[in-house]
Amino acid sequence: MSVSEPNTAFLWTIPALPLLPLLVAAVLAVYEPKDRRKASLWAIGALGTVFAFSLLALIGLASKGAGRMVLNFTWFEFGSTSLRLGWVLDPLSGIMLVMITFVGTLIFIFSTGYMSEDGNYRKFFCYLSLFAAAMLGLVISNNLLMLFICWELVGLASYLLIGFWYHKPEAAAAAKKAFITTRIGDLGLFLGMLWLYSETGTLLFYDGGNGCLEQSALSAMVAKSTLLGMTVSTAVSLLIFCGAIGKSGQVPLHVWLPDAMEGPTPVSALIHAATMVAAGVFLMARVYPLISIAPEGVAVSGGLQVMAWVGAATALFGSLVAIGQFDIKRILAYSTVAQLGYMFMGLAVGGVAVGMFHLITHAFFKALLFLGAGSVIHGCHHEQDIRKMGGLRKRMLITYVTYAVGMVSLAGLPGFAGFWSKDEILHSAWSWPVSTWPFWIGLFGAFLTAFYMTRQMAYVFFGDYRGGENEPHESPINMWAPLAILAASSCLIGLAGTPFIPLFQSFLDQAPVHNHWHWSVLGFWIVSMSVVAAGLATGWWFYGVETPKRSTDPDELEARFPKAFGLFAARLHVDEFYRDSVLRLPGWLSGVAAWLDRKVFAAAVGAGAYAVLILAWLSRFADEYLVNPGFDKGCAETRRGARFLARLQNGQVQEYLRVIGAALALFILVLAMGNK
Amino acid sequence: MNETSSILTWLILFPLLGAVAVALISPAARAMARLVTLGTGFACLAVNLVIWLRFDVREGGFQLIHQTAWIPSLGVEYHLGLDGIGLVMLGLTSFVMLMAMGASDDESSPAYYSFLLFLQGGLYGAFTALNFVHWFLFWELCLIPAYFLIKLYGGPNRSAAAMQFFVYTMVGSIALLVGYLGLYLATGTFDLTVLAQKGAAGEIVPSIKAALKGTFLDGGRAYTLIAFGVLLGFAVKVPLMPFHTWLPGTYGEAPTAVTMTLTGVMSKLGLYGLLRLFLPVFPDFIRNHLSLLLLLAAMTVVLGAASALAQRDLKRVFAFSSINHLGYCLLGIFAVAGLGSPEDRAAALCGVVYQMASHGITAAALFAFLVFLERRSGGLLGMGDFGGLRRLAPVFCGLMGVSLFASLGLPGLSGFIGEFLIFKGVFGIVPWAAVAALPGVLLTAVFILKMIQEIFHGPLNGRWSGMADLTVQERVLVLPATVLMILLGLFPGILLQMVNPTIVRVVDGLNLP
Repeated sequence: MSVSEPNTAFLWTIPALPLLPLLVAAVLAVYEPKDRRKASLWAIGALGTVFAFSLLALIGLASKGAGRMVLNFTWFEFGSTSLRLGWVLDPLSGIMLVMITFVGTLIFIFSTGYMSEDGNYRKFFCYLSLFAAAMLGLVISNNLLMLFICWELVGLASYLLIGFWYHKPEAAAAAKKAFITTRIGDLGLFLGMLWLYSETGTLLFYDGGNGCLEQSALSAMVAKSTLLGMTVSTAVSLLIFCGAIGKSGQVPLHVWLPDAMEGPTPVSALIHAATMVAAGVFLMARVYPLISIAPEGVAVSGGLQVMAWVGAATALFGSLVAIGQFDIKRILAYSTVAQLGYMFMGLAVGGVAVGMFHLITHAFFKALLFLGAGSVIHGCHHEQDIRKMGGLRKRMLITYVTYAVGMVSLAGLPGFAGFWSKDEILHSAWSWPVSTWPFWIGLFGAFLTAFYMTRQMAYVFFGDYRGGENEPHESPINMWAPLAILAASSCLIGLAGTPFIPLFQSFLDQAPVHNHWHWSVLGFWIVSMSVVAAGLATGWWFYGVETPKRSTDPDELEARFPKAFGLFAARLHVDEFYRDSVLRLPGWLSGVAAWLDRKVFAAAVGAGAYAVLILAWLSRFADEYLVNPGFDKGCAETRRGARFLARLQNGQVQEYLRVIGAALALFILVLAMGNK
Repeated sequence: MNETSSILTWLILFPLLGAVAVALISPAARAMARLVTLGTGFACLAVNLVIWLRFDVREGGFQLIHQTAWIPSLGVEYHLGLDGIGLVMLGLTSFVMLMAMGASDDESSPAYYSFLLFLQGGLYGAFTALNFVHWFLFWELCLIPAYFLIKLYGGPNRSAAAMQFFVYTMVGSIALLVGYLGLYLATGTFDLTVLAQKGAAGEIVPSIKAALKGTFLDGGRAYTLIAFGVLLGFAVKVPLMPFHTWLPGTYGEAPTAVTMTLTGVMSKLGLYGLLRLFLPVFPDFIRNHLSLLLLLAAMTVVLGAASALAQRDLKRVFAFSSINHLGYCLLGIFAVAGLGSPEDRAAALCGVVYQMASHGITAAALFAFLVFLERRSGGLLGMGDFGGLRRLAPVFCGLMGVSLFASLGLPGLSGFIGEFLIFKGVFGIVPWAAVAALPGVLLTAVFILKMIQEIFHGPLNGRWSGMADLTVQERVLVLPATVLMILLGLFPGILLQMVNPTIVRVVDGLNLP
């Protein structure tokens, strides 16, 4: 056991954070409380308690100024070595703990309203608690293997929750798709982990100088080159990045995330917006020392370059496709895909603090937006098509106001959370030494974001209600209270990372707080504000000035640019492309396997069997037509001779006498004749 | 070495005596036969526990040895002993056989139960024998009850399947026997521990050459032939592709409870044989043909999973799934002979034994669930026959789900540890082999999730609207296995501490560079 800091006895309590929700999950898995509200009460109580502890841990960490505390222990032994796991409390994990438990608790509370009618209420909270446990475990892991284990377990929870309404074929299919698509990325992560393990002999991140993210291991890996001239550190980190691509819905493995919206909306808010999909970003932030290390003379490591381009491509792709969607949740899903792209871009061009800041602000306002969407769906009697909404501004006032806060945060209106974090990404992208393309893409994405969010707002909240007879209604307090709290925090959270007092950044980087303000920042603000304003204005011009009257009216953009809109609406045909290419592979492979089985292996065995049969027939033929007839003939001859001889000796005396008499007579006759 | 003990002999005799006793029960008294069989099964488990308590897990060598002369002129001894690997295999046998007995139809005849007990005795014998002759005797002894269990109680095509199973396995056995006879002629011993020492010291090839001196035969070629013969015996049993074609038919036609024993334990017999009779004796052969063998093992992993994806009958799905899972073990065993560090070798072999135990428990549980499903569906086990069962039978689907995810290799359950250790070891020794086998991990997930989707999820198939969830008896039957899957997934030390000293000894003994 190694504890890096002397006064860290409370580190022992850290594993209790994931274990508490796990306990709730285990109890709820086997025991059904009579009063079903108890199930949600336990889950909320557990997560709320963990939130309090996480906050204490974070405050302790910040006040002490302690950089990183780790506690490692032996899991099992093999050969003459052992595999050690451990947990780590540092600014990165501390911030994540607080975010997950805060947002999580609010979403749990929201769920008591949203899922109140559901028959599997207990199971829902059981799965949610399982998810929370795995997610917390992922965050505190000081070992890539332990992180991977939790990584797969959040995947399992995601699978169970996407398929929560398993009787719907779409939900069952989406759950499977999510699990398998992320697992494709996980193959890379798994391989990267094996490679890292065999290079460094450990999977512990920090181990008093011997961890795989510490200097000696890193310098060894950056000094070694491998396939295509990459350094080992780049190759390993790119493989690990594959896992992040899958989990965080980056191009080309983004296809599962929009489908995952088949799950209940609180699940989309918690897992597919705020926490799990951000785990990929967290993972890359965790292994940042590995991916960012470059050999001397190279400004930006290959790993970071790939990450920046993947992030930028995804940001553009997600924003474009979001324009063409009509499902309120799918718009948000593609927006999440795009924002995750921004986070990766931020990590790559600006460092851990930049990417993580957007992760945190996004978690707040996207959870808010999804819960708002949930409230809308709940109020509109499970309608998700924005064409059949409209005018909800008057009917669901609280939802409207809070949703608007989320919307402007996402769009990046000055003062709101998304403004601070997105601007930092753009600012860093501008000075990225490799290329300024990510900056321009990011800027264009900001325009698109403002546009599609305005479109959605106009469709849902403005104009007249187009949903028919059933009047929508405002949601109960256990649903709107979390919305209000999240809206308030979305306004405030950005203030932790302004250029004036960058608390967030200095905490993460363990650097003293100092004012980052420079007049050049103002220039960026003006540029990004005008882009956002342009997006808002275009959106309003298209959708807000004159709202659609009937749910069957064509989309304004569709009417003007049918081809482009069709492309966005069809999600740029990526799903179809996969269906006709990659997804044929398993079928093709199983066809090959079946063919090999039947036509080659079984045929070879069959041929062997026939060879034996032919041998048997040959030997039978030889027996019957060569050996047997010869033998039979011999036998028959012998028998005939024997029969003859036997007849001579049949034991009858008179026969003998007759023969003797006849012979005697013959003998006498011969003698008599001979004497002549 | 340790003190002599006859407890292993008693463990072998126990089920054999039970088999005789059950065979004498009148066919009318079926409940009685079942009772005596289960009693014997529990008694065996108890003896097994005593063995476990008397076994010193820190010791890597053979313990509880029972050794007496048998046919001295031929070097045949009665030699039993147990190391960590054997200990795990005995435990697995006791556990899975008891499960299979419990899952068997209440109406099964005394003869059926007698065959099961007979099989159990044969398995115990094979997992403890240290002399080739009676090891082979027990190895073959397992075949006979298995043949009759398939032939007499199986599905519609049982006769053909039983015949194929018997003949195919027999061909492998004969190759194995001939190989070992050749080895005996060259080295003059049947003792497995002595042969392992000779294998490590590289004395096998010279002694074959010496034996063939003066003849026109080439010693090196003879060595290869002998090793191949031995390998063939195990390759059929495990199986290694392309020697697997007997398996789907056999697993599919055998009574499902019997398939539990076939996949749970009998397939391990082949892997155990590779670990005990092949790897230590012929490390040079494996080294010389490393790429080919690893390629076949990777093919077994990937194509096994791909074939499972193509099946529509659940028993056949799991039959191919078995091929896929044991392919990882083959990969680990072969890779050990490559150039690598002792740590990677130990990781691979620890992983192999872990995977054997985990797969034994998981596969037996999965086939037990098929028994339950069969009871409710009147024998139907097609993929398309069900749908939406989760609504009617949540306990069934939940517990089977645990087994399925363990089989898929989900971290946190037992299947992951074995796969991780194998991949860690293999990647450290022969990276390309690990990469080549990796798609198997994905394909396994695909066919298992597809199965869940078609059977548990989706709208309820109205045909089964009256289907009952698991009975108490059925829950009791699968609960221990489920608990083990979770425990072994979270605390791998439980099993690894029994195995690791043995693995260290085996790796040291291999004497490889």
